[in-house]
Amino acid sequence: MKLQFGKGSFKNVAVALLAIVFGLLAGAVLITLTGSDPLAGYAYLFKGGLMSLERFGDTLATSTPLILSGLSVAFAFKTGLFNIGAAGQMLMGGFCATAVGLTLDLPSVMILPLAIMASIVGGAVWAFIPGILKARFNVHEVVSTIMMNWIGYWVVYYAVPGYFKGEFLETESRAIPDAASLKVGWLSQLFNGSFINLGLFLAIAAVVLIAFILNKTVIGYELKAVGYNRFAAEYAGINVNRNIVLSMMIAGALAGLGGATLYIGNASNIQIGVLPAQGFDGIAVALLGANSPWGSLLAALFFGLLYSGKGFMNAMIQIPPEIADTIIATIIYFAATSVLIERLLKRLRSRKRGQ
Amino acid sequence: MWTVLTQIFPYAVAFTIPLLITALGGLFSERSGVVNIGLEGLMVVGSFGGALAIFKLQPAFPNGAVWIGIMVAMLSGAVFALLHAFASINLSANQVISGTAINMLAGALTVFLARNITGSGNIRIASGLTRMDIPVLSSLPVVGKLFFTQTYPSTWLVLAILGLSWYVLYQTAFGLRLRACGEHPHAADSAGVNVFRVRYLAVILSGAFAGLGGVIILITYSGEFTGSVSGLGFLALASLIFGQWKPLGILGATFFFGFASTIANVSQVMPALASIPGVLLKVFPYVLTLIALIIFSKTTQAPRAAGEPFEHGKR
Repeated sequence: MKLQFGKGSFKNVAVALLAIVFGLLAGAVLITLTGSDPLAGYAYLFKGGLMSLERFGDTLATSTPLILSGLSVAFAFKTGLFNIGAAGQMLMGGFCATAVGLTLDLPSVMILPLAIMASIVGGAVWAFIPGILKARFNVHEVVSTIMMNWIGYWVVYYAVPGYFKGEFLETESRAIPDAASLKVGWLSQLFNGSFINLGLFLAIAAVVLIAFILNKTVIGYELKAVGYNRFAAEYAGINVNRNIVLSMMIAGALAGLGGATLYIGNASNIQIGVLPAQGFDGIAVALLGANSPWGSLLAALFFGLLYSGKGFMNAMIQIPPEIADTIIATIIYFAATSVLIERLLKRLRSRKRGQ
Repeated sequence: MWTVLTQIFPYAVAFTIPLLITALGGLFSERSGVVNIGLEGLMVVGSFGGALAIFKLQPAFPNGAVWIGIMVAMLSGAVFALLHAFASINLSANQVISGTAINMLAGALTVFLARNITGSGNIRIASGLTRMDIPVLSSLPVVGKLFFTQTYPSTWLVLAILGLSWYVLYQTAFGLRLRACGEHPHAADSAGVNVFRVRYLAVILSGAFAGLGGVIILITYSGEFTGSVSGLGFLALASLIFGQWKPLGILGATFFFGFASTIANVSQVMPALASIPGVLLKVFPYVLTLIALIIFSKTTQAPRAAGEPFEHGKR
């Protein structure tokens, strides 16, 4: 139960670090097999994400939606729910924020809070439906959230050209006005013109808030109790169904906020015909972060670094940029098979004791 | 109406068949007790393996390459599924997470390899399967026009596999054991069934079938490997549940998806449907699936032990 500073925490960190090491090793093997130098490749990969203040800012910005989608998946996991619909919730949240930004003509201090609220509501509503279906009818959330992903995909596909058509392209919305963007002048200047934006602070605030809710409040305790054993929780007088709906809605709200950081933060318009990949990467983030808020933050920063540096690596040494995705997927596979890593750790420990 | 129906029917069937075979793969896996959310990724792997084989062999064997491609696709799907089998059967990993890892890995790894091989992330094949009329049967009234003209050979292959799957699952000892492993693995174990082996076989089979589904998309209507099957694997998963884990139910569910999607795609040119907003037609299959899941929720036929790792000592 104790995730901070306990023995479990050490184990989680060890598993995560070993999974990363294995993932990087697998990536190195692949790079070698395709005839490039893995060490040079990795050097460029990390340089691409860190070598200047601007690139560092871009890395942080790339991580921002991942922090929130990872937090969304991790939070639902705590209540025993698998939120595979973070992508759809992000899309709807981002769409609502964009819609507010394109419709209302208000100064920044008013429009930004409204757009952010809209994204939170949009995501929460999109997750409310799978939540209520799970609570009332026991419909498995994996299938219902996948359906919601596609419903959101098509709603945006028709709504954007219908109401917010772009100037040149049918497949994207108009650009939002500067007042409705999370990008602010002083922050971009601080990082020498990077696309880093206020979304990062929203994401960190969300991490703090969720960590507080989970560890220090009655709601958090109830949500976790439902996740550990819903029957025991019910027997103890916890309203399981209400907690399932609530957990899904909070998860959706987090993903929706992530959508805002993506579409009115990192980007300034919304494209149709794509579900944001960051939604699915949220699963990876949550898993590597052992479903803890702070773990998700660190995992998202690491994945953001890989994503941010892959273009530079590709330009310098001709390793296909998909190596970053491959490494992340391999890390997730190793994290999923953590039993293997735990056995390895145990063997190492017993050998040490034997000497 | 009749002409319209005969016109869109081949497209509906072409869309149904890859879904059907993939969902059948999922059926074997889930009936044996292993949830396989990695169907999407396994389809991508099949599409990649098939595309690569056809791309390399087509200059030498213009006729046989497609069929070799089909076999390579099934083989690559089966081998990739071993990753899922190992994680979920040997290591008792969370099957949903392992499946998600399979999806991510398939999408990334295949495009990475394709980029190394062709330069771009895509592999285009020169030609796929050709449609053909079935002799004699195609001249039957009504049915002949709908079912036996302009069909792909792969359609008949998949329908044959569907019949065979039904036979294996319900009429053979192996099928009974497989279903037992998905309902109550410990009972099966104490009756002498090797649960591990049955589940391994089922997951490998699901990989081969999903690989076949992926390559059928390639050789019938897409003609190009792009690193994605645009969510069809997830749709197959939904069909499996919509069809209540039964071969004929799956046939109905996948045909429903195939037909509904085709109607949504051609609605623009059909006067009867042009007045309905496109978005309603597009979301219709997904909304209906949600409604169906609510209706089935009371009487769900889900395999009892699906998703639960099997451990010998645990009773």
